[in-house]
Amino acid sequence: MTDTAFVRREMEPTLPPPVRTTGIGAWLKANLFSTPGNALLTLVAAAFVAMIVPPLYNFLIADAVWSDPEGLRGEACRFEGVGACWIFIQARLNFFIYGFYPTEEIWRLNLMFLIGIVLIAPLLIPRAPFKRTAALLFFVVYPFVAFMLLAGGVFGLRPVRSGEWGGLTLTLIISLIGIIVSMPLGILLALGRQSKLPAIRSFCIAFIELWRAVPLITVLFMASVMFPLFMPQGVSTDTLMRAIIGICLFESAYMAEVVRGGLQAMPRGQYEAAGALGLSKPKTMGLIILPQALKHVIPGIVNTFIALFKDTSLVSIIGLFELLNTVRAAGSDPAWSSPTHAVTGYIFAGFLFWAFCFAMSRYSIYMEERLHTGHKR
Amino acid sequence: MTETAPAMPERPIDRSHMTVSKTDVAIEVIDMHKWFGDFHVLRDINLKVMRGERIVIAGPSGSGKSTLIRCINRLEEHQQGHIVVNGTELTSDLKRIDEVRREVGMVFQHFNLFPHLTILQNLTLAPIWVRGIPKAKAEETAMMYLERVKIPEQASKYPGQLSGGQQQRVAIARSLCMNPKVMLFDEPTSALDPEMIKEVLDVMVSLAEEGMTMICVTHEMGFARQVANRVIFMDQGQIIEQNEPEPFFSNPQHERTKLFLSQILH
Ligand SMILES: Nc1ncnc2c1ncn2[C@@H]1O[C@H](COP(=O)(O)OP(=O)(O)OP(=O)(O)O)[C@@H](O)[C@H]1O
Ligand SMILES: [Mg+2]
Repeated sequence: MTDTAFVRREMEPTLPPPVRTTGIGAWLKANLFSTPGNALLTLVAAAFVAMIVPPLYNFLIADAVWSDPEGLRGEACRFEGVGACWIFIQARLNFFIYGFYPTEEIWRLNLMFLIGIVLIAPLLIPRAPFKRTAALLFFVVYPFVAFMLLAGGVFGLRPVRSGEWGGLTLTLIISLIGIIVSMPLGILLALGRQSKLPAIRSFCIAFIELWRAVPLITVLFMASVMFPLFMPQGVSTDTLMRAIIGICLFESAYMAEVVRGGLQAMPRGQYEAAGALGLSKPKTMGLIILPQALKHVIPGIVNTFIALFKDTSLVSIIGLFELLNTVRAAGSDPAWSSPTHAVTGYIFAGFLFWAFCFAMSRYSIYMEERLHTGHKR
Repeated sequence: MTETAPAMPERPIDRSHMTVSKTDVAIEVIDMHKWFGDFHVLRDINLKVMRGERIVIAGPSGSGKSTLIRCINRLEEHQQGHIVVNGTELTSDLKRIDEVRREVGMVFQHFNLFPHLTILQNLTLAPIWVRGIPKAKAEETAMMYLERVKIPEQASKYPGQLSGGQQQRVAIARSLCMNPKVMLFDEPTSALDPEMIKEVLDVMVSLAEEGMTMICVTHEMGFARQVANRVIFMDQGQIIEQNEPEPFFSNPQHERTKLFLSQILH
């Protein structure tokens, strides 16, 4: 027998993995001070936190004005070294959320939100029951119900002009319609851009390149100022509706390019396998290509949704009172004039925007993980 | 090329169902030419495949083997000549293409399973959406075929979680679920490790034993010897030589064939 030959006589037993080193010291060493460079970064970061946290704490909590028992409004916040003026938010909360909507009719908006949440929940939660019914109700029936509740004028509901809609409600209305319309429109445009028919292809390319090249502000101005000039005499459309149409078309051009990115990443083999099984082109698209392509571009899609959600604040320049504009309008009320109430309002609005965007982002990460089906090949 | 003999099943194969029809033509290719741009990739192809025949196509890389079988289910379009499959001539008429594709199964080198669907969904998709078979019935058939390719326990997994050999067997089962009259194989084992090659070839041999009409592009010469009625050798887009496996391997006629076989068999 030579030295190089080897035959195993017994199998090696399987052992549990080595015990992990635990304890605070080990954790600190591994995570914060593993190398001199990392130790330095840890110290710098700690110094930064120490610098930023106390003033933030003082402004937001310690020096902030939390209650206004005497009804002083702005005066309560008018003193040296005042922090956030939270009483301003408390007092104007209804305005920030519902805009100029008549107070006695606000139950209609709440009812609209409630129905919306009840219908949208099963769509967002995987494996929830009644998905199909909920989808049908949400996409087909709900728009009419919501519009009825918002605008009134039927079933004895008092009419409320769209000019009176506002606040967070308006922000949500615009962005939800924008999201729901721009998604399918974007998919159609992306498919059209790849079409073999020159007429369809050129139309889609022209549409996408035109809308993408124009700033949203311009689109909104055109929608509110120029669009009526082209309409026949006597036909007047609502400013809000024009703004929503503008946003939908604008965002669908962006969405189209995101979706196209996903389509281009699809290997030819998927089309061929579907074709070889006898699936028609539309079925191949709907069952094989789009589900995969859209899954690949979830980050891009959500990115577009988030941008859309924040872009809704631009409608303020054509005189619509969405969340940010209500905050600004309330801030210019002389009764509230104080050093910090305006800033507090913007902090509040910023927090609301952040909360919605962060929720969308987390949800998309959750969906990505859920839709992940094993290794890529 | 690896030595192929050990990959083949040891058991003798059952030829009782492997009868070739004398009159029933499955595929007929007549004076067919195809170009990719200026490149004349297939030249003057004539090929008649009877029902129940098993044909192996071999040839060097780039000789047009894939292109030829892809023309048969119109994944590629031919520019001259005729291709008639199960009595339907392939033209640009989409209806006819779908008709042909429903009856012709194809297995690809890289499996091309649908990664976003489970194995069971991969198998039932076409029966449900193309043939309109009820879901429960389609799943029953799918499980039967998964059992045939010996992986029923993988039904609820995703393709990305299976080994290459298992994926290729799923791909074969997926085609079989459409109950095709003809099966096309484009190098089904050449992306696989030797151990997996055998499990896929076993499935193909059992298909042949049942009398399936098959056209296989493969370099598994053991498989060709064992199940093929005819071996076709292609080079530069033309059929150079065709013969029954025994004389083809022991006594090739054309110089090009001799050279190819000497390279592939040793
Ligand atoms: N879509 C295409 N466009 C242009 N040329 C192509 C295309 N597909 C294949 N070819 C060319 O046609 C020729 C034949 O290709 P084909 O794939 O049929 O060869 P093959 O015999 O299957 O080779 P291999 O054994 O490598 O798979 C090759 O020269 C290839 O480069
Ligand atoms: Mg090939």
